[in-house]
Amino acid sequence: MTIEEIKDFLKTYDGEEIRLMEVCGSHTEAIAKNGIPAMLSPKIRLLSGPGCPVCVTPSAYIDRLIELAKEPDTVVATFGDLIRVPGSRESLSEAKGSGANVAMVYSPLDVLPLAKEHPETIYIFAAVGFETTTPVYACLLEQLEAEEIENVRLLTALKTMPAVIGYMLENGAKIDGFLAPGHVSVVTGSEIFKPLAEKNNIPFCVAGFQGNELLVALYDLVKNQHQGVVKNDYPAVVTERGNEKANELINHYFEPSDAVWRGIGNVKNSGRLLKGAYQKYDAGSRGLDDDAKINAACICDQVLMGKKKPPECPLFGKVCKPLSPQGACMVSTEGSCFSYFANGRCDK
Amino acid sequence: MTGTITMQHGSGGSATGELIREVFAETFQSEVINQMEDAAVVEGCANIAITTDSFVVTPLIYSGGDIGRLAVCGTVNDLLSRGATPKYLTCGFILEEGTPIATLKTIVRSMAETAREAGVKLVAGDTKVIEGSSRNGDKQSKDGANAINAGGITDGGIYINTAGVGFLTGNFKNNPASAGIISAKNARPGDKIIVTGNLGDHHAALLAARMEIETDIKSDNAPLCEIVEAIRDLEVHTIRDITRGGLATVLKELAETADQTFVIESEKIPVDEKVQDFCGILGLDPLYMGNEGKMAVIVAEKDAEKALANIKKAKYGENAKIIGEVTEPKSEADRGALYEKTAIGGLRSLSVLQGEGLPRIC
Repeated sequence: MTIEEIKDFLKTYDGEEIRLMEVCGSHTEAIAKNGIPAMLSPKIRLLSGPGCPVCVTPSAYIDRLIELAKEPDTVVATFGDLIRVPGSRESLSEAKGSGANVAMVYSPLDVLPLAKEHPETIYIFAAVGFETTTPVYACLLEQLEAEEIENVRLLTALKTMPAVIGYMLENGAKIDGFLAPGHVSVVTGSEIFKPLAEKNNIPFCVAGFQGNELLVALYDLVKNQHQGVVKNDYPAVVTERGNEKANELINHYFEPSDAVWRGIGNVKNSGRLLKGAYQKYDAGSRGLDDDAKINAACICDQVLMGKKKPPECPLFGKVCKPLSPQGACMVSTEGSCFSYFANGRCDK
Repeated sequence: MTGTITMQHGSGGSATGELIREVFAETFQSEVINQMEDAAVVEGCANIAITTDSFVVTPLIYSGGDIGRLAVCGTVNDLLSRGATPKYLTCGFILEEGTPIATLKTIVRSMAETAREAGVKLVAGDTKVIEGSSRNGDKQSKDGANAINAGGITDGGIYINTAGVGFLTGNFKNNPASAGIISAKNARPGDKIIVTGNLGDHHAALLAARMEIETDIKSDNAPLCEIVEAIRDLEVHTIRDITRGGLATVLKELAETADQTFVIESEKIPVDEKVQDFCGILGLDPLYMGNEGKMAVIVAEKDAEKALANIKKAKYGENAKIIGEVTEPKSEADRGALYEKTAIGGLRSLSVLQGEGLPRIC
């Protein structure tokens, strides 16, 4: 089948209504950038699930970061996206404006030269992310150990796939197929989705990030409705079993844990924490489970679960905009609400 | 004159005089400045365009340019965007103590060269000196906190404001829409949208410098006088300098001002391959990246091909492309909308840049 035939199929599909979900922030962004919703039949609906690490970080975690950033001789180092996520009272960006010490970096390893140059300052890295980012934190820990650097800690909010998908399916999310995350699958392998596919009798398809790769994966999901299969449409980089070296590195420093997902709740075995002796690098990541809504009308929870679309939120585009996010999904360029707002994910 | 800037250089006394004579007057070689009057008196005309812009870029000197070249280009290109011929510039310097005189000289020389290239005269100036903060730094900026950019680069120390005057005599006479005035509100259905060259170079060059990534991407900072000169006889409706916020932000604002629908095609948008790769790695979108030597030109359909050919022959215009057109809004939602047809045949609507972009790129 040619790509033109696939495009035609997706545009003219007239079978039962199908709801497909992506659970990777980069897929959310790529779908918007390629203008894919406008290429699909109205019978195929795309939903954005909990795939943006920033969007699923609970408010208690943000509050703890702010508390640390206000301590003397302490600097919180973070990726840019996180600084605008609302905590229960304020965001890191607002705290920074009133004197909290926050440094934006592009890589966790950027704190190494700072820490070496200023041994009197404690650097806290805001370690959020999925399987894709966790190996980099493990590399940072390796360096800290090797160079005996004592003044760096991690505040972790690490998440893992695919437990949250199972949780959503068990808790009322009606989804007929998943675009499985391309980057995460490089580490985990595609087979990790097999039990969920078989149990729920729905297809999973590991997709790449180019426009045509996404179209092929969407076609496969439509074609394999009601079948518990895992298709790997990103075979150039994703294998069945994943990257064993990265997994070894992760498992050396971290252990599986339950985790709170913003708007969704506590999901068993869906996160990671520093383990054993390495807890000396932990800045207090355990028990950060509170998850306050800053605006009671916010429906980020239902958006993340695929129950509603961002424009159905009464706050969307009115009080909730990228510069004044009321919920976490409006913060990151990978967030569903941001994507709808800024990239014009204007599906009918 | 050597050494570093000290608070004395801002005193208004002899050290200030020495700085003005030996660094600025000597380099700018302007008869008007050499008169050392409180205000410059220059020849004028009936209609003039006036603008001002301040420049705070870090690092001060980057691949392909420096804050001095930028300070001339930014203001000159703003004047050109109204169809004016840039004539005079003023420049105000704010210097931090500790700034090496040698660095200042390099920057002032670059300003003088760029002004000559653009055909503008620097006719008035001012200098103030302030306590060093970005260079010498307090503890907070030294230990990385509040360092907005990666790598903690805090290489500041020189800030420049330029104001510019341009003449509007005899401009764009073939523009019946606006009696010779180039304006954001003049775009109409059928018009073609031209971009004068590759997008994102300036933004990528600065980001690479700050992240200490080795690349040969160079800033595009340039005065675009020849490009505007090349289309003076054509029916041009709008010209806009594509700086911070990038092409998408500029076109979205123009679409809203003109109350029309703009449609661009992603495959026609010119981006250098190296910049495209750089953006791919960092997750950046060239449509939202800043430029300092690119314009969006909206021209009547009948003159579009001619305008493109003329721009491509002009200095800094060789990569110009027609990237889209202005269309009649078909619904209320289409009014002021900017749509992009994607390479795979999809459609997305573009908004202005959301969030911060990259701090201090100009």
